[in-house]
Amino acid sequence: MFRYLARRLLLQAVPVLFVIITLTFFLQRFAPGGPFTREKALPPEIQRNLDAYYHLDDPLWRQYRDYLWDLCPKTFHPLALRNGFDLKAAFGIDLRPSFKYANRTVNEIIAAELPVSLTLGSLALLVALGFGLGAGALAALKHNTWTDRGVSALALTGLCVATFVSGPLLALVFAVHFHWFNASGWYETRDAVLPVLVLGIAYAAPIARLTRGGMIEVLGQDFIRTARAKGASESRVVFRHALRGGLLSVVAWLGPAAAGILTGSFVVETIFQIPGLGRDFVISVTNRDYTLVLGTVVVYGTFIVVCNFLADVLQAWMNPKLTLE
Amino acid sequence: MVWCPSGHFKTHRLQPSEWPDKRATKTVPQSFARERAALAVPAFGCLRFAMFSRAFSVLFTAALLTFTGCGKKDASATFPTPAGTAAAPRPQILRLGNGAEPKGIDPQDISGVTEGKIVMALFEGLLTPDPHDLHPLPGVAEAWEISPDGLTYTFHLRANAKWADGEPVTAQDFVESYRRMLSPKFASEYAYLLYNFVVGAKDYYDGRLADFSKVGFAAPDARTLRVTLLNSTPYLLNIIACHQAWDVVPLKVIERFGPPDSKNGAWTKPGNIVGNGPFILKEWLPKQKITVVRNPLYWDAANVKLDAIEFHAIDDATAEEQAFRTGRLDATDTMPLSKIDTYRRDHADTFRIEPYLGIYFYRCNVTKPPLTDKRVRRALALAIDRESIVKNITKGEQLPAYAVSYPGTAGYTPIARLSGDLAEAKRLLAEAGYPEGKGCPPIELLYNTSEAHKAIAEAIQQMWREKLGVEVRLTNQEWAAYQDTQHTHNYQMMRAGWIADYEDPHVFLEIWSSDNGNNDTLWVNADYDRLLQSALAAKTQDERYGIYQKMDAILVDECPVIPIYYYTHVHAISPKVKGWFPTRLDLHPYKYVWLEP
Repeated sequence: MFRYLARRLLLQAVPVLFVIITLTFFLQRFAPGGPFTREKALPPEIQRNLDAYYHLDDPLWRQYRDYLWDLCPKTFHPLALRNGFDLKAAFGIDLRPSFKYANRTVNEIIAAELPVSLTLGSLALLVALGFGLGAGALAALKHNTWTDRGVSALALTGLCVATFVSGPLLALVFAVHFHWFNASGWYETRDAVLPVLVLGIAYAAPIARLTRGGMIEVLGQDFIRTARAKGASESRVVFRHALRGGLLSVVAWLGPAAAGILTGSFVVETIFQIPGLGRDFVISVTNRDYTLVLGTVVVYGTFIVVCNFLADVLQAWMNPKLTLE
Repeated sequence: MVWCPSGHFKTHRLQPSEWPDKRATKTVPQSFARERAALAVPAFGCLRFAMFSRAFSVLFTAALLTFTGCGKKDASATFPTPAGTAAAPRPQILRLGNGAEPKGIDPQDISGVTEGKIVMALFEGLLTPDPHDLHPLPGVAEAWEISPDGLTYTFHLRANAKWADGEPVTAQDFVESYRRMLSPKFASEYAYLLYNFVVGAKDYYDGRLADFSKVGFAAPDARTLRVTLLNSTPYLLNIIACHQAWDVVPLKVIERFGPPDSKNGAWTKPGNIVGNGPFILKEWLPKQKITVVRNPLYWDAANVKLDAIEFHAIDDATAEEQAFRTGRLDATDTMPLSKIDTYRRDHADTFRIEPYLGIYFYRCNVTKPPLTDKRVRRALALAIDRESIVKNITKGEQLPAYAVSYPGTAGYTPIARLSGDLAEAKRLLAEAGYPEGKGCPPIELLYNTSEAHKAIAEAIQQMWREKLGVEVRLTNQEWAAYQDTQHTHNYQMMRAGWIADYEDPHVFLEIWSSDNGNNDTLWVNADYDRLLQSALAAKTQDERYGIYQKMDAILVDECPVIPIYYYTHVHAISPKVKGWFPTRLDLHPYKYVWLEP
């Protein structure tokens, strides 16, 4: 297990992150415009001074080298993360000042916004798993009944209705019409309800479909028939035998999906005006805020790597045919 | 977006006791009974599964509640509690929608409207704008005089002008602030609003002059500031009153956090920043809101009526409108296009259209055929039905534009107008060698990606095709790429807008001189350039405006740009907000604003 972890980290995670960062660093420089492109043209002398101030006039390779050095972890005090998610204090990672938000560094932006996205994302993930697993398993158990068809239809609807439709609709009904919640904002606990529901339901739909498919397949297997023949109770069949195999595809799908949901959703955060990291993924690109683009990519990349790893471990535990070696 | 019928502006909120908990407890047994009936036939185990799933969902809900509860306890950053939301008599807190998250609040570093509106509450320059028409009123300077040649301005600072930390605001503070503004290393984007006018400032900015005492700013004593200009610039007082580039900044505070010419914004964080305006920064919740509260040391504090202003960062027009509709904002920054008709019809008391000093136009690259021929440009300009665009697409009572300068800017209205009917347009096109549009190469029209710009471009494409037989191809680019295309002149025709920084016709006319970085049409006209220089040297306003008339006439004749409409600012504002007047720069000096109880 430990050898697997080390190999996974050194041979896969680090190179993958390195490639992602390198690609992002150079690709965004090839996009037309820059952080100081304005509708009102800057006099060339001002543009020159700005470029010099932000070291944008250095050769690209030097900027890249300097950025990589700042990004390298130099210390290891993970406990420092407790006081406000400061990556610099914890690992010596300096993501540089933002080009756009003059008085904030990318470290500060991530420290302030990632916890918001994590809160929203983990609650939504719980909702998604609750609804998705429950409905999917129910549909599989009642295969080819009206319950099954109902769940399938609902899941298909959930897949088809985008969050930018369901979000404003829920806000209109429950916030504007009934006044149960605020239409947007992130000030009170109840402000989380609508965004969590919208995001959770969007993710519940694929989970329900994957669960249903996996469960139907497993429930038709010989070992399930054997278990039933031996007189095992239905709940024992479901929870002990079927669920473990039936959820393998869900777990595989959840790896990258969890990374996406935890690091924030652009659409949901925009509709409900939530101060999370999801909006920065998109806005920083249109702003050409080079350092913030890289910072969000680093965070998202790390989450993908970690979540995929956890999904693999979980799959190995669930599927006796797999081992971690 | 679906619009709810009117009547949902009611402020009645369900009390917790009225919440539909009861209904929930009622429906659960019902559905349970139904489930049991359904489960009666199949295996008993299924029922147990169903029961388990119920237990699971109860546990899950409990976990959810605990989770959110914990979130509230430990992470105040995640769920901060808003200040002053309860309280029976409405406190004087103005809540404004203010667009996207501000990029900073250093008056000398910002360049956006969003930021400017916050800075206006926190800082004050020599002069302040009048709330009705923005004409200059005394600010830190209680009096000023202009030398007969118009080249020397002497400002007398008031004795009771103080920083929020109690230090007096001195003339030396202003000189030091302008030194920072002009520092080449600091690279302020608005430095040109100083160096275009002040003696020696450009040389200092370019590094040709190291001695700042040679620049035209002098402080003979703590309460006298003398500014020496290159030309008599009659509109300079308007700029000083309305633009933050001329504000004063607290150098002593800035230096506490680093060198003054560094862009490190640490000094602008709450708790660090020291201003001299009517309000002080209390709280900054990124991407949520900025709260400023009354500054007791402000020289005119007795006349400040608001206790606090909240600037809400809402970058989504629909979310902003919903926040306004549910009573969480007193005024919005924008209005979704789809809502304009409804507001005009059903909520006229909150719907506001204010003039806005800006123009929406199409820029021609005059080096790309067929736009090299001014007859083609004029024909295209004449064939646009501006009334139809304003009435059917933009809908905000925008003014159709038949000239470049905004009519009535500081008392100036262009006389020259694009006039001529369709026959005239067809004749011009035929003269240029394209009768009925035959043989005319297709024109590529670029706009930045947006539904509104697309709708206008499609309408104009249709007009030109039907009326002139000229084919137009539409392309769109994302904002930064589009701006890059503009500045590298890699386009044929493109949509553009120009918003004035201060109120003077000069803003609309200076950009079309051949050496102006914002021209971008590659249009060069020696007469025009010469007229602009003579306007700057003009002795009287009448003489100057007379020259501007000639310049506007040249623009209408040559059409390097095709004016389409003059902007308006369309938004919603509660009728309770008083002292908020329509000003053409969308500036509303906050010390005159108050809320009706």
